[in-house]
Amino acid sequence: MTARMPSLPAGENRRRLNIGLALVAIVVGIILPFGWPNGAPFIQDCAQALAYVVMALGLNIVVGFAGLLDLGYVAFFAIGAYMAGYFGSGFFDAINHQKGLHFLVGGTTAHLPGIHFNFIVILIIAAAVAALAGLIIGLPTLRLRGDYIAIVTLAFGEIIYIFAVNGDSIVIGGQPLTAGRQGISPVDPIDLPIVGRFGLLDLRPWYWFALALVVIVLFVNLRLRDSRLGRAWVALREDEVAAVAMGIPAVKTKLQAYATGAAFGGIAGAFLGSFLNTVNADQFQFYFSILVLGMVILGGLGSIWGVVLGAIVLSFINSWFIPDVLSTIPGKLGSTFDVTQITFGIYGFLLVVIMILRPQGLLPERRHKLELAEHDENDDSVATANESFYTAQA
Amino acid sequence: MEAASIPAQQSFSVERLRGLISKYGIIILLLAGPIAFAVIDLSDQGNLVRLGDNLVAGVSNGAIWGLVAIGYTLVYGIVELINFAHGDVFMIGSFVSASFFVSIGLHQGQEVFVLFVGLVLTLVIAMFACGALNSMIERVAYRPLRTAPKLAPLITAVGFSFLLQNVGLLWKTGSQQSIPDLINAQHTLATIFGVQIQNSAVLAIAVTIPLLLLMTTFISRSRLGKAMRATAQDPEAARLMGINVDTTISLTFAIGGMLAGAAGLIYALFQTTIWYFQGFTGGLIAFTAAVMGGIGNLRGAVLGGLIIGCIQQISDNRIGTSWTPAVVFGYLILIMVFKPTGLLGEQTRDAG
Repeated sequence: MTARMPSLPAGENRRRLNIGLALVAIVVGIILPFGWPNGAPFIQDCAQALAYVVMALGLNIVVGFAGLLDLGYVAFFAIGAYMAGYFGSGFFDAINHQKGLHFLVGGTTAHLPGIHFNFIVILIIAAAVAALAGLIIGLPTLRLRGDYIAIVTLAFGEIIYIFAVNGDSIVIGGQPLTAGRQGISPVDPIDLPIVGRFGLLDLRPWYWFALALVVIVLFVNLRLRDSRLGRAWVALREDEVAAVAMGIPAVKTKLQAYATGAAFGGIAGAFLGSFLNTVNADQFQFYFSILVLGMVILGGLGSIWGVVLGAIVLSFINSWFIPDVLSTIPGKLGSTFDVTQITFGIYGFLLVVIMILRPQGLLPERRHKLELAEHDENDDSVATANESFYTAQA
Repeated sequence: MEAASIPAQQSFSVERLRGLISKYGIIILLLAGPIAFAVIDLSDQGNLVRLGDNLVAGVSNGAIWGLVAIGYTLVYGIVELINFAHGDVFMIGSFVSASFFVSIGLHQGQEVFVLFVGLVLTLVIAMFACGALNSMIERVAYRPLRTAPKLAPLITAVGFSFLLQNVGLLWKTGSQQSIPDLINAQHTLATIFGVQIQNSAVLAIAVTIPLLLLMTTFISRSRLGKAMRATAQDPEAARLMGINVDTTISLTFAIGGMLAGAAGLIYALFQTTIWYFQGFTGGLIAFTAAVMGGIGNLRGAVLGGLIIGCIQQISDNRIGTSWTPAVVFGYLILIMVFKPTGLLGEQTRDAG
């Protein structure tokens, strides 16, 4: 029994088609930045959108697959970004008698004070620390019902934000915990073995790096979805009691969802920390959690391709549509109204409208689609629909 | 979701120990801070005036959170939804009342009678506006999604919360607005054992207690209150018994909104500053209060509000204002870990 649902011959064709489409998408993705000058804001927006895709895919594991509503996902962004700040900047300038601590870095960076690790090492650290934080945040929610999980994760997210903001007043041995609203800046740019250091204005390598991250994370996500673990997540989401009765260890499976989702958030956070060249406490507000959650829901909970689409759409609404397009409209109409003031409101409005018009998202996951269709029919037809669904699956 | 009831057949002694921890652990947790500070105060100053001041301010502040928390608890009890927009309805309540009493020309130092009539009028307006707003939100954002997956209305709630915050932002700008100090909030009305009791504290208590009594009587005695409780227990059965479930839910939201409006007015008079973000933090605090008392439980919500108010004041005074939210959220997590059903027990469908 496999998790792939359609019957075999059609499924095989579909699979080939999917692989073909994915390859085309990757190639288009690789050559895309050549259409714009190297420092163009568009490439910047694209790289940022790709980082958001990684984050949204991570949140999708927790909310979409496992059905655990996480409203504090920004915590993992913060942790990842702070790892980039801690292990790749002059923040700990007093360490090793101001000579600095270096690991696999070359060039001028190797002589700067502070801790400077190779970015790949930082990514691994960020993923590991974020996963650990995911476990810690996940533990107290295990006994709780759906909505309470949302509140506890939100509380954790806010606590981390408050620590980030006030961290500059926690001084341990002359070293503050964070740089608060001032921000840790500059953060080391990515430095890869053969490619060398990424320039701050040379945006294409950043874009390609983000693209590579997305491809890797996507692959991991797709494999996870079809794996035993992925199916266990969906089973827990659909009916916890039944899933436990079928021998799925609820606690372990849920914690794995938290840890995996958090690790992706940490990776994206570390990338953004280096890419934005600052780790600033104000980046880690509740608003950001909702932004990422909005991407997941807009795309379709649990649907990997939907989430990718949702992340790209919302990211461009955020970085291009509202500041560059909407904000010019009042000017053309002769008013001085500043549209960026109502970014929040536009988001809120979009969330409400999308949920009411399309509660299943842009590209809904099959199972969710089915679940929503259930409510339109009466109980008998639901039973038959479910039966045919499961027989089709077997 | 019902998995919590599964491990009930585990070994008895572990269960008993767990029962003891969940019964008393939370009370010990709550009392640990105040008692520690009381001991410190006694040894430093020889009296408990500082703690008393904290508690008076905390109780009056907590009364406001109690009013807001009732809105959360009522709504959760009946539709099992965390109404994220509720805190922002409370913020709109503050804005409406501040704008209203300024526009009818109330100012500091007026005759007491004029002030009283003006403020009662403001209270009515604020309650009406927020009640209408809250049931409008229910109509637009939650009712179409009643059969959708549980996550959907939560998202529209967050969406509406953002929308209302933006309304507030455009209405009164992004910075804190100071408003006329009508009741002379900081003036000390009486001193008992060295503890000062300010006008603001008296006002908060004087408005909150009657409203709470009114509300509990309404819900336990009136026909509508019975309909509300019936719907909360089992909407289908309630419908079969001839209760109009939609109207009842609308009314529940309206009542919650009215209390939030009242809380908004008291908050404005109490703090004498308002800003668009007060609803977000206030809402989270009030929700924490509702959860602490046991969601769905009216008295629990008030008790939770009072406790949270005290925690906040103590933390503001001793740890620092910038850390207070972290302290409150820390308590929330601890409560969730040790006693997810709250101090007085939840009264929802699942809890029976």
